[in-house]
This record gives sequence, structure tokens and C-alpha cells, in this order.
Amino acid sequence: MRSFAYVSAPDVASAITAIGASPNAKFIGGGTNLVDLMREDIETPDTVIDITRLPLTGIEELPGGGVRIGALVRNSHLAADRLIRTRYPMLSQALLSGASGQLRNMATVGGNLLQRTRCAYFYDSAAACNKREPGSGCDAIGGFNRNLGVLGVSESCIATNPSDMCVALAALDAIVEVESVRGTRRIPLADFHRLPGSTPHLETELAADELVTAVELPALPVAAKSRYRKVRDRSSYAFALVSVAAALDVRDGMVSEVRLALGGVATKPWRAHEAERILLGAPAGEESYQRAAAAELSAAVGRPENEFKIELARRAIVATLRALDGSVA
Amino acid sequence: MTLHPEVRPRPAGHTMEVRLRVNGADRTLQLAPQVSLLDALREHLGLMGTKKGCDQGACGACTVLADGERINACLTLAVQYTGREITTIEGVTDGELQRAFVRHDGFQCGYCTSGQICSAIGMLAEHAAGMPSAVTEHRHGDAELTDAELTQAEIRERMSGNLCRCGAYNGIVDAIQEVAR
Amino acid sequence: MTQTEVASPPRSEAKELSVGKPIDRVDGTAKTTGTARFSAEYPYPDLAHAALVHATVARGRITAIDTADASAVEGVLAVLTHENAPALKPALSPSPLNLSSMVSGTSLDYLNTDEVHWNGQPVAVVVAETLDAARHAALLVRVTYDQLPATVDFAAEEKNATPVKGDLISPGEEKKGDAEAALAAAPVSVDLRFTTPPYHHNAIEPHATTAAWDGDRLTVHDATQSIDWVRKHLALRFGVPVAGVRVIAPYVGGGFGGKGSVWAGTILAAMAARVTGRPVRMVLTRESIYHTVGGRTPSAQRVALGADADGRMTALIHTSVSRIGRIGGRPEPVTAASGHLYDAATILLQQNIVELDLLPNTFMRAPGESIGTFALEAAVDELAGELGLDPIELRMRNEPAKNPLDGKDFSNRMLREAYALGAEKFGWSRRTPQPGSMRDGRWLVGMGVASAYHPPVQLNANITVRLSVDGTVVVRCGFQEMGMGGATVQGQIAADALGVPLASVKVEYGDSELPIAPMAGGATQTASVATALLAACDKLKRSMLALARRSGESPLRGQRLDRLEARDGGLYQIGKPGVGEKYTDILGRAGRPSVDAAVGSDTGLGAVAGQVRFMTKFLRDRRRWVKAATGAHFCEVRVDPDTGEVRVSRWVGSFDVGTVINPKTASSQLRGGIVMGIGMAMSEQTLIDPRTGRIMNPSLSEYHVPVHADVPPIEIHYLNEPDPTMPLGLRGLGEVGITGVAAALANAVHHATGRRVRDLPITLDKLL
Ligand SMILES: Cc1cc2nc3c(=O)[nH]c(=O)nc-3n(C[C@H](O)[C@H](O)[C@H](O)COP(=O)(O)OP(=O)(O)OC[C@H]3O[C@@H](n4cnc5c(N)ncnc54)[C@H](O)[C@@H]3O)c2cc1C
Ligand code: SF4
Ligand code: FES
Ligand code: FES
Repeated sequence: MRSFAYVSAPDVASAITAIGASPNAKFIGGGTNLVDLMREDIETPDTVIDITRLPLTGIEELPGGGVRIGALVRNSHLAADRLIRTRYPMLSQALLSGASGQLRNMATVGGNLLQRTRCAYFYDSAAACNKREPGSGCDAIGGFNRNLGVLGVSESCIATNPSDMCVALAALDAIVEVESVRGTRRIPLADFHRLPGSTPHLETELAADELVTAVELPALPVAAKSRYRKVRDRSSYAFALVSVAAALDVRDGMVSEVRLALGGVATKPWRAHEAERILLGAPAGEESYQRAAAAELSAAVGRPENEFKIELARRAIVATLRALDGSVA
Repeated sequence: MTLHPEVRPRPAGHTMEVRLRVNGADRTLQLAPQVSLLDALREHLGLMGTKKGCDQGACGACTVLADGERINACLTLAVQYTGREITTIEGVTDGELQRAFVRHDGFQCGYCTSGQICSAIGMLAEHAAGMPSAVTEHRHGDAELTDAELTQAEIRERMSGNLCRCGAYNGIVDAIQEVAR
Repeated sequence: MTQTEVASPPRSEAKELSVGKPIDRVDGTAKTTGTARFSAEYPYPDLAHAALVHATVARGRITAIDTADASAVEGVLAVLTHENAPALKPALSPSPLNLSSMVSGTSLDYLNTDEVHWNGQPVAVVVAETLDAARHAALLVRVTYDQLPATVDFAAEEKNATPVKGDLISPGEEKKGDAEAALAAAPVSVDLRFTTPPYHHNAIEPHATTAAWDGDRLTVHDATQSIDWVRKHLALRFGVPVAGVRVIAPYVGGGFGGKGSVWAGTILAAMAARVTGRPVRMVLTRESIYHTVGGRTPSAQRVALGADADGRMTALIHTSVSRIGRIGGRPEPVTAASGHLYDAATILLQQNIVELDLLPNTFMRAPGESIGTFALEAAVDELAGELGLDPIELRMRNEPAKNPLDGKDFSNRMLREAYALGAEKFGWSRRTPQPGSMRDGRWLVGMGVASAYHPPVQLNANITVRLSVDGTVVVRCGFQEMGMGGATVQGQIAADALGVPLASVKVEYGDSELPIAPMAGGATQTASVATALLAACDKLKRSMLALARRSGESPLRGQRLDRLEARDGGLYQIGKPGVGEKYTDILGRAGRPSVDAAVGSDTGLGAVAGQVRFMTKFLRDRRRWVKAATGAHFCEVRVDPDTGEVRVSRWVGSFDVGTVINPKTASSQLRGGIVMGIGMAMSEQTLIDPRTGRIMNPSLSEYHVPVHADVPPIEIHYLNEPDPTMPLGLRGLGEVGITGVAAALANAVHHATGRRVRDLPITLDKLL
């Protein structure tokens, strides 16, 4: 790791002043992604601003039934929170399916939102990678890409966003609140992460000097009956090959409300709008689920190594919806 | 053999004072900010009980307790833990879990063992505090969340952040389950 | 312990034995309290730290290497490259006649050449005051290359493989009759292709070396499985006397073969220490381990089996292609087990090899048998399917009475019994044969079996045993402890041989100052050391008896050793436990503080004689018997019908490993092999980019070794029948556990789903 200057910010104002003052600075939360990437020489900030002492660790109920989550809430605390477990179980399950007990105790909500891809070529500075070094090419497209994306991909980059938490946040219409010396912005999660297009190095809408301060979840009664299903290469402690965050309400045999998002298959946390559109008002059951899944995946682009994800995602979507409508225990 | 021409003096500067409470004792260190908590413990405090297996957050050998919560010491900067209470295997003194590990042969080479034990202590506290895991059954619509019984499946899921290449998993789980009872 | 008195009631009970008991490990406290010291953990004043810089091309020449920025980092002591590194003395050329000549993992003279032979080869070493400075500076070394064409793609090169020539250690082609003709004529047959990917050992302790020079004397703390060979190799490469090199490794954090050879880190740490005049510690990063320590070769295998309608095998063909590096490695004997498991009328075993521009392969737990039994045992399951026979029944119909290849006797063989025991414990009879016929709710359930097979090797060990007047026994032997429980088990053996309590035995190991023991690998160590230990204990008892007889007062005067047994801390007449004397009394009366016994000699003629004795015995044994640890694996899997996720839910292993000295540590070793086999079968795989030869998952997060949640309770059962040809009847058991595991799983997955996966690992995409 290269050397850097370190400051610990006692409050939000000093954190955003500090980052505004040094263009090559980075915030550090749990450090579980940043320290790893600095050790690999992929992130090379000259200043590291420690934000773990910021008073952004609360989980509060909002009037109207939503929840506001501080950016420094640890992943494990969020997963265990009673409000989250009862109102948004898919979020609790998504967090618990990620990383390990130790890492979840360290990882923060803000850091998880901004964690970077696990593409092998992104991690190896000997390889060509447009995300790491714009214009250098993409060794993954013709290389090992079993863990990479089939949705939202471009000719420049097919890297997946590895976050589990963000998949649930995408399904839940979360809002990310950010702050800088210029003031506060609220960015819908749907817009927070960018598609790679020809600029895969630009990953989010967050400006370099902005601090994530909170994530807000709107009231969403359907989410009380929701699930996160993660499929991976080990039973635990592995990133998703495919994951599905889903909430479903069935009235009189018809889908009256639905939220669906996918992980592990896309370059950003993937809200399955197309599938939701087909499902809403359709009879609950295998046939509708199949149709919705197929529609959502019709634009998917597979490569020999990751082609299977299209079929796997289809099956995982259908199985998750089936489990939610009560037709399977 | 020739000596390399550029043998230099010890580094000065670029360090910061880091005060940690380690196993009940106050320790003050002068560290460069990039020193991980793991290297601070091992290389600067000589506490070699905490192990480095990957330096990537991927094995759990470096697990310590920070204010009672288990963390991976390799993926955090030591300075971030200024003022915090760190417990390493050297500070695990009650011995009950350790004896259970020996009885159940919950290790072979012993390299992952410190991490397994610290992790188990943190895990048992998490469980006692009602934290769920990915395998905890959750029935929709339950207003009251029921706490998970610490089954073998629960222990295995909760301990999955600690790899053991010797494959002593059965013994580890048995040891933890015995102590949890 | 009771005093010997005439008045004491005659004891007819057998003496208290330690062997066979599930004794807790003697180093348990050290390992559970964090006090066990591993190679990176020895404090030295003025210690410096080293880090490696790796090549980023597969083959070529270094045209420029810029170390200015690296040298400018605060605290950097030296940046060693091929331009300034001291010359290494040449290594021995590998020969099976001198096993220590094979210890070098590669034939490369590190930092002595501008040539690059594999992607990841170390091209520079940075030495600095702190670990962080060394790692930081290593990032700043800039290397430019003249790239040369490289051959790195195993799949593409497979067709160019050439036959392996046999040598003293492993045979080339082996055959009985005309197997191809018999196959063509067989009424029932299968002819199948299997592949296995490259694997890495991934011991959790990284390779680490702490090296300190004092003039021409070198002390090395090295994470090694072969103390003696490291010592000899370092002496040779640095041109210093062997006697001045000391290698210390009392605790090694897992090896599995990966720490059996000498790799770059060890040599370069010693070099860095030599150059800087400082003690140097080099702990390899996980990435550096992948780049500098070989792994298991990938393989492509053909297994063809022919049988008559009753399932009697008429043909067994097993051929393989594996790889070595252009600059080292030995062919993995993939078909090694296939000549011993089935009584086939004709047999053809043949191995082929390709040489690639990659870091050479090396041995990894049960080299040959672990991947070879995957193909063989999966093919047998397929043959059973073709025949409509239960897979155990098919095996029993083909269980040989003599070694199938050449008709030699088995030293002892109880595979039949192992299956019977395992089937009962597992509940095999509950299995319904039709694939896909068993369910548990949503899950498809499958049950599979496969045989385990691994031959033990015995090497020469030297040892000393000292019995002191205070009643303590010290066993000294430079073996290594990587988790096999060597100190515990050898302590048990010594305690019983001398008739003393285990608590009074101390075993010293893991230091080249001790008498030389063989490397820990090939499941050799326990039996090899036990042989020497038993001989030494025998000598010691003889000396004690002689000492006792010299005194007119000893109740042992006029006694002969063959009429005596060691028990209760002394020698007593067999059947008359009242007649005899304690060792402490014998020593006390003779005024001797202690008596020593030594077996083997480390130096000069004694060493040569030992080597000759060993080779003679090895060859004679091999002429007379075929011996092997065998076993039967039974496993149950659950497969998610939607996603293809496989969960291993139950395991029973039933083994014939000869005498079990300590069922607690033995079961752990066997379980460890099974867990590693589960990884090999289901999730592990080293990704080597076929375009560049670069390893793309050099981490523990992307190379998926099994985690807690992947491993079910594993039941181990033993037949516990001594092998009449082995010391105490024990065979090695460190490697047999992993053999057959992948096949048992593949067979279970087929039973659950009807799908045959012949390419490991069985990831879920292959089941969609
Ligand atoms: C072995 C391993 C396995 C893992 N497995 C999984 C998995 O299965 N699923 C999964 O989802 N994740 C997984 N992770 C990733 C883990 O979830 C992330 O590393 C973690 O969420 C990052 O949070 P952090 O607080 O540690 O972030 P840091 O590492 O501290 O920061 C990450 C990035 O976010 C920026 N940042 C942090 N906080 C803020 C803020 N408030 N405002 C602006 N910028 C900020 C930092 O500058 C940095 O760029 C795994 C990680 C490891 C090491
Ligand atoms: S997929 Fe994206 S991250 Fe991976 S190598 Fe290509 S550009 Fe880089
Ligand atoms: S060393 Fe920290 S997780 Fe492996
Ligand atoms: S005991 Fe060796 S890695 Fe766990």
C-alpha cells in the first residue's frame, strides 16, 4: 500500500470540508473494500478521511412508516434491526447473505453502496481494464467472466456490481441522501449507480466530494412479505452468481403488488421493471412468473462462460416468486 | 557477496500516535497510517496469536474482538481503532472454549484456531443479542421475531467467515455447541 | 504408579496402553491460546522485511528494471534484481536416487537471470525496515520485457502430450493383456472422458521464512514440510557447510504438499538477509503464494471399462494427460490407483504429459490418486448403471484377491469389510436405485459411494530416545508437525513401548539440530518415525536390562528381554508382574543420570548405510507386497431442482488404515482429507488465463475452499486391523481420506439428478 495522510472527521461538516480540500482524498468506513483495493494498488488516495466517528449510526422510523438509516450503520446492525426485519425482511436477508459475520460488523451502509466490482481483471493491475484504466481495453470480455454480467453490459465493461444490500435497496425504491459543501441531494437508488456504457470508470452519480449521509426507505407494506434469494458457488461467504430480491402481494389470485430486483447478473443493482410490469395484475402462478422472468432477461447478453446466468436467473426469479406466493413452503 | 549500496536509516516521520486498549492494557504506538490493525498487533505489539492468512478479508484467521464485536483485523487501519478495546486470543482467559476445542480436536495445524476462537466468542454474543443469520427461519407476518436456536446449521453459517484448510470444521462446531449449551 | 512389591496382588490384566486411545493433542493448549509460534513469528532485533515483485508476462526477457522510485521509499534497505543479486550456486540435478535433489520446486536460479519463465515469476525483492515500506516499494518497481511466445493453454496442448517414461519411483505404462481388444469385445462397456482443473493447496498459514546469517552460519525459520531438505538445499545454493545451516519449524500451519519443496520465498529470504546483513522475514502474500508455489496439475483422463453381463470386468483402461512446467515439476501419477482396485482380466494404464511455460506443478495431497480415483470411481458407477447393478455389488464382484496387475499379495486388504461396515452405518439399503427417485421436500436427494486408495511410503528416520533417572523420556526426531498430531502419536508409541505414562514422554521435533527425519508427505511420516522409534525403544530397553544385570541386586539379573515386558515404568517378567524393576531404580542404583539410544546416523557412513538400508527394504517390500490404506466413502447430497445448488448433507467414511494409534487425531486427518475432497469436487479451481498464463483468482475469496457451511457432520469408522507388514500394523492415513471423495460426490449428484458431471468442479451451472 502506498502511504497517505490520515484524518479522522468528528462531524459531517468537517468531513465534507476535508474532502472538498483534497481532490485525491477518499472516505473510509469499515475499510473492507477500500483497504483491500489500496493494498492491490487499485485505489491510491493521498488522503484518507475516517468517517467512522460521524454520528450517522441511527436507524429511525419516519412518519408514514418509512425508515431512515444512517450511512455509518454497520451491515450486521442493520440486518438485526427489528424494524428492518419486520418491514423489509429482504434487506435483512440480503445483508446476512453477504460476506461474513466479521465483515458485516465492519462494513457500513455507505461503504456497501460504493463497493467496487470483483472482476478478476479489475483486481490485477497487469491486465487491461477500462474501469481501472480508461481506454486500456477489457480483458474480461474474452477471459474469465463467469462471475460477470449479462444485463446492462457494454462493449467496454461487463463487470457486475457485487453488492447484495443494493439489490434489496433497488427493489425497495430507496433514496440515498448525500451531502457536500454545496448542500444536500437526494438520489433515488435507481439512479445512484451508472451503467458502464463507454465510461465504466464512472460508477455512481456521487461526486468525488460528496458524502453519503443516509439511506431512506419509503413505507412499503408489500415489503413485509419479501425475500432475498442468493445463489452462489459456496453455501456461504461467496458473492452472488444470481440473486433475487422480491416482494409480492396476491389478492384473489392476482398479483396486486410486486417488487423485483436482481443481483449478480448486472452491471448495477438491477430493478426488474419489465418483469414487474408483466406481473402486476396477472394471475399469480408459474405461467406469469415464467413470462415475467423471460421478458426481463430477453435483453441479456451471455458469453460462453456466463451464459448460464440467464437460465439461472430465470429459474431463481420463478422460484423466489413461487416461495412468496405460498405455493411452496 | 556485495552489500547493496543503499542501506538506509530507520524511517522517521509520517507516523501517528495510536492509542489502543489491548487485552485490558493501554498501549501507545507510533504508526504510519497504512499499518493495519493486524500488523499493529503482530509486528508492533508482538502479539503473534492473531494470524494473517490472506490479508484480504477472506479467511478469518485475523479475527479479533473490538469492543466485543468480531472483526477482521487485516482490512482495517489501526488508527481507526484509536481508543477502542481490542481483545486478541492472548486476552481470552476463561479457557472454557479453548478446552472444548482441544477435547473435540477442533484444529489440526492450529493456524486458524485463534481466529476461530475469537470469532466463536463474538458469534455467541451476537446470538445471545438476538442477531439472526442467513439460515434463521423467518416467518412472514410474525410481529414477534423468534430468536434462532443455536443448531449446528446456525453455527456453521455464522462461523463461515473462518476458513480451516485442515478441515477441522466438525470438531469446531461440536466444541462451540458444547460451550453454548 | 504402583511400587513393585511381592505382596501386591498378581495382576493378570493387560498393561495400560496409550496406543488406540483418543488422546487429546499434546500441543492443544499452545494452539488454542495463541502461544504456538509459526515461522513468521520469531522476534529478531533489527529484523527487516521483504516483499516480492512478480513478472507480468509468461515468457521473455527483462529489458529494463527501474528501481529508483522503490529505493527512494523511506526505510527501503535494498532492491534486489537480476542486475545486483548475488549468484546462487547450481542446484543438484533431480534424481530419484537422492530424494533431496528433488526438493527444488523449479530449476530456476532466482534473480540470477533476465529470463522470465512464467507469469508471476519473482523478478525483484524489496527489503525494508518495515513490512509496509517493503510492500509499498514493491509496487514501484517498474519492469519492461521483451516478450516471447509462450505455451500456457493446457486444453489446447493436450493433443501434443507425450507418454511419461517410468522411473524408480513411478512406472510409465502398465498393462496386463490386450485391454483395447477386450474392451471392444465386452458386452457391456463405458468409455468416458473426465477432466480436473488445477488446484492450489491454500494452507491458511502463508509461506513464510525468517532468515538470519551469522558469518556463514544461517538460521532459518521456514514454513516447510521438509526441514532436512531445506537445510541441504540452502547450504548448496549459498555454498556454505550443511552443518552451519539450521532450519527450525516446530509448527507449520498446514502444508498438503505445498510446503514440501523449496520455493522462491525461502531462497530469496536467505538471499535478502545475506545481502543486507540483517535478519529478514519474508511472508508471502496470498497472491505471491499462487505466483511462486506450484499447485496441482490439471488433468484430462480417459477411463474405459468393459464387463461381461454379470459385471465381471474384462477390461480396465485408464489414461491421462497432465502437465509439468518447462522448468520443473514431476508428472502426477494420475493412474496410480487403477491397477489395484479391480480384478479386471485386462488392464492398460498410461500417462501422458505436456510441458508448459507455467510455474511447475507440485505434489498436493495424494498426488495421482486423488484426481485419478475421481475418474475411475465415477466410471465404475456409470458401469454399474449400464449393468443395472448396485455400485457396491459391482465392486464386490470385482474385488481382487491378489493385486490385479501382477498377482502380488496384498499385505492386508479389507475393502470388502470397509464397504459392509460403511453401508450399515450409512443406511445404504434405504437408497432407491433410480436417479431422481429420492426427495426431501423440495430437495432432490442423492447417495453415492466410491473407494479410497492410497499406498503408504516408508522413509528412513533417525531418532534418539533418552530415559532419565527422574523417569522422564525424551524422544528427539526432526520430523515436522503440520497438524497430523505427530508429537502426540509418537509420544503414545514411546509410552507403550517403554511402559511409561504418556505424561512423562516429551517429543522434540521440528528442528534440523535433531536427528534427521523424512519430509512430511505421502502419508509417510508416522510409520517412518514409528519404525525408528520402536527400534530405539528396543535398544533402550536392552541397555537398561544390561545395566540392571550388572548389579547383583536387581530382580532382573539373569533375565532375557524376550521374557520381559515394559510396563509400570520398568521391565517386568511376562506373566509375573511382581518380578522386575523400575527404570528409575535401575538408573539410580547404577548412578547414571540417563541412558540414551540412537537409531540411524545423520552423517558420513552411517547416513549412507541408512540410505542403502532404506532403498533395499523399499525395493524388497515392493517386490513382495502391495500395501495400501483403503476405504469406502458414502455420501448424501441434496440438490435444489431450480438452481442446481448442491449441499452435501451426510458423510460416512469407513477405512482400513491398519492400526489406529489415536482415533481422535486420525479421524481429524481423514475428515480433513474428505473436506479437501469436497472442495476439489464442488468448488475449487485455479483460473489460469489461457492467453497469458496468469492466475486470475489468487485469493481466498475467489478460490473457493469449503467453508463451515459446506461441510456436514462426517462419521469415520475403522476396521482397525493391523497391517502385518508395517510397524505396529499402522499405515499412513494423511492422504487416503481425499481419494475417492470427488467420485462419491459426482455419483451422488447423478443419483439425485440423473446428470453425470465429468468435469470438476461440479458447479451448479453444470446441473441446470
Ligand atoms: C472476502 C469478502 C467477501 C465479501 N462478500 C460480500 C458479499 O457476499 N456480498 C456483498 O454485498 N459484499 C461482500 N463483500 C463486500 C463488503 O460488503 C464491502 O466491502 C463493504 O460493504 C464495504 O463497506 P465498508 O464500510 O467497509 O467500505 P469502505 O471499504 O470503507 O469503503 C468503500 C468505498 O466507499 C466509500 N465510502 C464509504 N463510506 C462512504 C460514505 N459515507 N460516503 C461516501 N463514500 C463512502 C469509500 O471511500 C470507498 O471508496 C465482501 C468483502 C470481502 C472482503
Ligand atoms: S469487465 Fe469491466 S472491470 Fe472487468 S476488466 Fe473489463 S472493464 Fe475492467
Ligand atoms: S487475514 Fe484477515 S481475513 Fe484472512
Ligand atoms: S487447523 Fe489448520 S487451518 Fe484450521
